[in-house]
Amino acid sequence: MIAETGLAALWLAAALAALQLVLMIVALRTDVPVARTMRSIAAVQGSLTLVAFTMLLLMFARTDLSAALVFENSHSAKPFVYKVAAAWGNHEGSMLLWVTVLAVAGAFLAWLSRRTTERTLIAALGAQAALALGFYAFLLAASNPFARLNPAPLDGRGFNPLLQDPGLAFHPPTLYFGYVGLSVAFSLAVGALLTGEVDSRLARAMRPWVLAAWILLTLGITAGSYWAYYELGWGGWWFWDPVENASLMPWLAASALLHSINVLAARGALKAWTMMLAVVAFSMSMVGTFLVRSGILTSVHAFAIDPERGTFLLALLAVYVGAAFALFAWRGAALKEGAPFELVSRESGLVINNLLLSVILAIVFLGTLYPLFVEALSGQKLSVGAPYFNTVAGPLALGLAALVGVGPLLAWRREPRPVLRKLTVPALLGVTALVVTVILAPDIAILPRLALTVAAFLAAASMLPLVGRNPVRAPLATWGMVVAHFGVAVALAGMAANAAFTSERLAVVRTGETLSVGPWVLQLQGVTPAAGKNWTAIEGELVATRGQGLVTLKPQTRYFSNPPTETNEAAIETFWNGQLYTVIGKPDASGAWQLRLWWKPFVTLIWAGGGLVALGGAIALFGRLWRVRGRRRREPNWRDRYA
Amino acid sequence: MKPKSQRLILLVTAIAAVVVAVLLAMWGLRDRASYFYTPADIAAGKAGQGQAMRLGGMVERGSVQRQPDGVTIRFVVTDGKARTPVVYRGIAPDLFREGSGAVAEGRLENGTFVADTILAKHDERYMPPELGNLAAERKAGKTLEK
Repeated sequence: MIAETGLAALWLAAALAALQLVLMIVALRTDVPVARTMRSIAAVQGSLTLVAFTMLLLMFARTDLSAALVFENSHSAKPFVYKVAAAWGNHEGSMLLWVTVLAVAGAFLAWLSRRTTERTLIAALGAQAALALGFYAFLLAASNPFARLNPAPLDGRGFNPLLQDPGLAFHPPTLYFGYVGLSVAFSLAVGALLTGEVDSRLARAMRPWVLAAWILLTLGITAGSYWAYYELGWGGWWFWDPVENASLMPWLAASALLHSINVLAARGALKAWTMMLAVVAFSMSMVGTFLVRSGILTSVHAFAIDPERGTFLLALLAVYVGAAFALFAWRGAALKEGAPFELVSRESGLVINNLLLSVILAIVFLGTLYPLFVEALSGQKLSVGAPYFNTVAGPLALGLAALVGVGPLLAWRREPRPVLRKLTVPALLGVTALVVTVILAPDIAILPRLALTVAAFLAAASMLPLVGRNPVRAPLATWGMVVAHFGVAVALAGMAANAAFTSERLAVVRTGETLSVGPWVLQLQGVTPAAGKNWTAIEGELVATRGQGLVTLKPQTRYFSNPPTETNEAAIETFWNGQLYTVIGKPDASGAWQLRLWWKPFVTLIWAGGGLVALGGAIALFGRLWRVRGRRRREPNWRDRYA
Repeated sequence: MKPKSQRLILLVTAIAAVVVAVLLAMWGLRDRASYFYTPADIAAGKAGQGQAMRLGGMVERGSVQRQPDGVTIRFVVTDGKARTPVVYRGIAPDLFREGSGAVAEGRLENGTFVADTILAKHDERYMPPELGNLAAERKAGKTLEK
């Protein structure tokens, strides 16, 4: 019954989405009051998808093998947490999660958004319903998560053990919330283009959604990067894998949107541009979903090797993006431009930020899709990796990071004072960093050296908006910006330090032998067997020291039986100034073991920086919502005005 | 600045930015994309010496040899039509075995493929599309032989 309940809920939700779309068209053409009805429909639709998703979770929690999806992706001998996480660790389940988030976001939009006019809200709810409808159709026609098997098999096929990891329980849902949160920005933009009400009120309505989505994308990317770092055992933190790019592209677009939306909210300018970015940001989410879910990529994540689904998703993508751009072309030109600004102003700074982010986005987009185009056109296979992305996008990203330190110092409309003088201290710090690295580390590559320089500059410059005012009285949004920009500097320093100062050692050692890497000396104490619930392993015991104190590390090679797979479990020890990263390989004929060791100074700053960026976003979001709450308290009848 | 001319300037800079991005990407992709070759392609001289590329095929049975330093392996990748010797320094990935598919990233040096990275089939169900195609071709070939 569980699967049937889920399926029925899904069909009902789809029917309600269709109704919601029809009501929107009625509302925009006549004066029939439908707002209340649409709100209720959106809420019921969201609840029904929650029911469907809960049924899926139940199926996996009980390992109901009569469900095809459970049979394909789970096994009775799995730890409980991973049984549940397997619900969204597969194609159908993750698409169901996607629509669930989409519909629930629609319900929240219907009930929480009081800032836009009713007409724009109705149009936005219609757009959200249109989006949901396409993905319901995809689920019901091509990816039914609730299909049954008859007779039920005895046990499941198991689950890719790389994905059996706490990172999995957290990483994909976070990214999905981010992806789909951008759908609300998309729908609001489409709604506002339909009604022609693109103004600062719309920007204020859109901003919390964009901020929340952007925070989750930041967290998702940061967590995903750390997951790849410790789980894949290659010692790298970003591989320019198309699946990683699929999450980076919406983040870049959302970052641009987040900045331009402030111009629209504060000054009523950049109307068309902001609407365009809102459309692009969610389009990038859909491109990401298409890349990951259609199975056209060489990647661990691409488990759906099925051309029919790929075509369906591509058609959905083409329809939504095409329709949104057509609407933009039709209505965008009619938008009145807002308040003018001078060449040196906060607005210009944000325009430059947007242009650089867009150029980086285009470079990542073209590099990610280029292999697909070439293969489709000529049959020639190729891959585009770090050499392209680092060389082409790296310098632009560095330039952008340097300007991050300057932009917030500019005044709206026109900057009357010479700003550069304020930047003396940060500039001196940057130059100091440059000189120090040239003297102490003359051999490192140019890009990491410049990155360290920029990081030192930005770390100081990002604090300047708080200098010369009472920091306690500064708005939380300003605090959020400062923390996020400082986080960029921290992450940049981590990336540069990792690229410049990592020491790596690859060797074969017998029990009792020692080996050195960076400042560390390690001894292999022994190799013993180990076992978990559904795996066995060989476990090396390493004792490491750098002068004082001993640290024990236990890297493993794990063997999983369902399906038969082996994985390297790196042992990583974190210190204040870096990480010691060890991997054990296979024994040779004489019984000596392969070891791969890295000493990575300050590598943890990468993820600490990512966390700070997300924290900054959270502070700003909290600040914005808090202020609204205060305003509502002062004006108790605010609800009557818009309801 | 008048709103109208301001909008024109914004439009022009946006278009210029897009053009710059496309030019940069084209410049970068011209010599930084690594192409995928099979041993047959290499035997036919399609791949240039020293250029970054990917090599894919099956690891020939009995060809994997551990070198005396313990961390370097030599093996032969074959696609049934030609054979390419490969040398790799590092820990071979999970599921790298003889008779199984592998994709190596690296470059050709004097007829030997020097690999920086080896990507093997990740589990029993998933394999890189390049290998999937090879396997499908081989199956098709076998059916024809019958």
